[in-house]
Amino acid sequence: MAAAIASPSVSIQDLSLNFGAVSVLQTLNLDVAEGEFVVLLGPSGCGKSTLLNCIAGLLDISEGRIFIKGKNVTWEEPKDRGIGMVFQSYALYPQMTVEKNLSFGLRVAGVPKDEIAKRIARAAEILQIGPLLQRKPSALSGGQRQRVAIGRALVRDVDVFLFDEPLSNLDAKLRSELRVEIKLLHRKLENTMIYVTHDQIEAMTLADRIAVMRGGVIQQLDAPQTIYNRPVNRFVAGFLGSPAMNFIKGQLEAGDPPVFKADGVSVPLGRYQFDGEGGRAAKPCVFGIRPEHIAFGEAAKAMPFTAESTVEIVDPMGSDTLVWTKLGGQILSFRVEADKTLRNGDAIRIGFDPARASLFDAETDSRL
Amino acid sequence: MADVSLAAEAAAVRSAASGPSGPRPRHVLSRRNIFLYGTLIVVALYYLLPLYVMIVTSLKGMPEIRLGNIFSPPVEITFEPWVKAWSQACTGLNCDGLSRGFWNSVRITVPSVLLSIAIASVNGYALANWRFKGADTFFVILIVGAFIPYQVMIYPIVIILREIGIYGTLTGLVIVHSIFGMPILTLLFRNYFSSMPEELFRAARVDGAGFWGIYLRIMLPMSLPIFVVAIILQVTGIWNDFLFGVVYTRPDTYPMTVQLNNIVNSVQGVKEYNVNMAATILTGLVPLIVYFVSGKLFVRGIAAGAVKG
Repeated sequence: MAAAIASPSVSIQDLSLNFGAVSVLQTLNLDVAEGEFVVLLGPSGCGKSTLLNCIAGLLDISEGRIFIKGKNVTWEEPKDRGIGMVFQSYALYPQMTVEKNLSFGLRVAGVPKDEIAKRIARAAEILQIGPLLQRKPSALSGGQRQRVAIGRALVRDVDVFLFDEPLSNLDAKLRSELRVEIKLLHRKLENTMIYVTHDQIEAMTLADRIAVMRGGVIQQLDAPQTIYNRPVNRFVAGFLGSPAMNFIKGQLEAGDPPVFKADGVSVPLGRYQFDGEGGRAAKPCVFGIRPEHIAFGEAAKAMPFTAESTVEIVDPMGSDTLVWTKLGGQILSFRVEADKTLRNGDAIRIGFDPARASLFDAETDSRL
Repeated sequence: MADVSLAAEAAAVRSAASGPSGPRPRHVLSRRNIFLYGTLIVVALYYLLPLYVMIVTSLKGMPEIRLGNIFSPPVEITFEPWVKAWSQACTGLNCDGLSRGFWNSVRITVPSVLLSIAIASVNGYALANWRFKGADTFFVILIVGAFIPYQVMIYPIVIILREIGIYGTLTGLVIVHSIFGMPILTLLFRNYFSSMPEELFRAARVDGAGFWGIYLRIMLPMSLPIFVVAIILQVTGIWNDFLFGVVYTRPDTYPMTVQLNNIVNSVQGVKEYNVNMAATILTGLVPLIVYFVSGKLFVRGIAAGAVKG
């Protein structure tokens, strides 16, 4: 966990949520700094959207406290929390024009007319939806709708933006466009943003910090690169990265340096950075290495560890090619450039640097 | 080269017209069509025949009716029976026809429909969106209410109305109709509001709208179809009601249906079939018009409300 933040914008303390006997969130703690972009990432049903709804005040929590801007908002109504929220289905009011959609919250709050007009003009300019103001949501495309939905959060002039999988309903091209726009928006506004997604690319590109969740528990909260390179357990390692990390089951043998052994392969771990000394003891473990960290052919010879193998399957993916082979009797995939022509059954040499690998305890699944 | 020869080959196949090509030909008098339309026509005739007999009979004079050819069209068209049914037919001591009952029915139906729909829509909205503690239990109790036979409750309600002092008044009947419409209407509205995206409701809450704000400004404008369904159900149901009308009102406040019964079933004098037919059509006219005017919306609303249970 990162060091405590002095004056967090959003602070969640010991938050639990139970639906009857089902525990959805378990004593969860999360501090989000002022102006930080935090992404909650995890598979379906991990509680990430639930956590966001708790922060928004749309769900009543079972235990714990929520602070926004230093104010305890645990019992406050959503409108009094200083948040704006963007939903996956956009949730635009279908019978109102874009302008009325944007101004609805302000009209409810009784903001003066000229102030409303000013804020809408600003949001329309930032999001470039000026020409759409008099249209109904049904006359907008998906990308435009989501822009209006962001605008609705924008006009409320809030400190914290909450995004609930805002890009999941869009096609791949629009998704990447809007992703960039959200990033630019964050840079321009410098608001605190909490963003829920199951898409690791969105998480990696947008986040200052990613919180990877599973089963209502934050597994790891760190900068994207740290999460990618030094995952704290096998779940995080397997969830991030596409194609997924290779896992090879084997045995860790103590010594200087310690050695990882699996069916005819032994990888010296002199260059591997252990998490504390306790990890060096002999035990069954899982060796993880990402497909892009495995070198092939000439490049492999320069690596601290090399091995001979044969090609099993070749998967061309356009930009590069994924090659499936075996190491220590277990399946291993690695990436090569698309112009390398490999055929099934070719004898090859692969190699990697154990410093880039991740080693997990076979029992607890946590990083060694 | 290969492409060219392939294209040539394909063209040859097409020009030879050796196999089926383009839309499949349709035979108007295929066996399937004869069965389908034959059945539809027979069923339609079966349902329309009584209506035909009623209209034809109501336009005949009594001498013509006595000839007994009930299917033959009127030789001499007369609107006398309609006029009589509306303004002269006698029930008991009153001889001002169905018009009195018509206005009574209007004064019963309009407030009952408005009141029951206003309450039930708020009920349904609260049950669907504001899941308060015990909401499910409340809902089950309400639905069970829909399955209790009305007859069981007739007498207790008579006593209650008498004790309150509104027995025999139109107000009393309006209240009774509103209460009895509640279970089915609440179910209808709850299902409709449940089928609306939950995120819309959440967005409105983040925007700061409260219970009534969300109901009036977000939900109501989106629920025209279900309101139309509810209005149709209630208008036809209450207009056609006979049992409550006869039990909870007095002769001078009888609704149209009760008055119709009294005209048709009067034992004195000659049976005026033409007047009876005209009176019956007049009474059924309101629901009929409601169906015709709102047919499309009705189907859409029923479908929307029925999706989710």
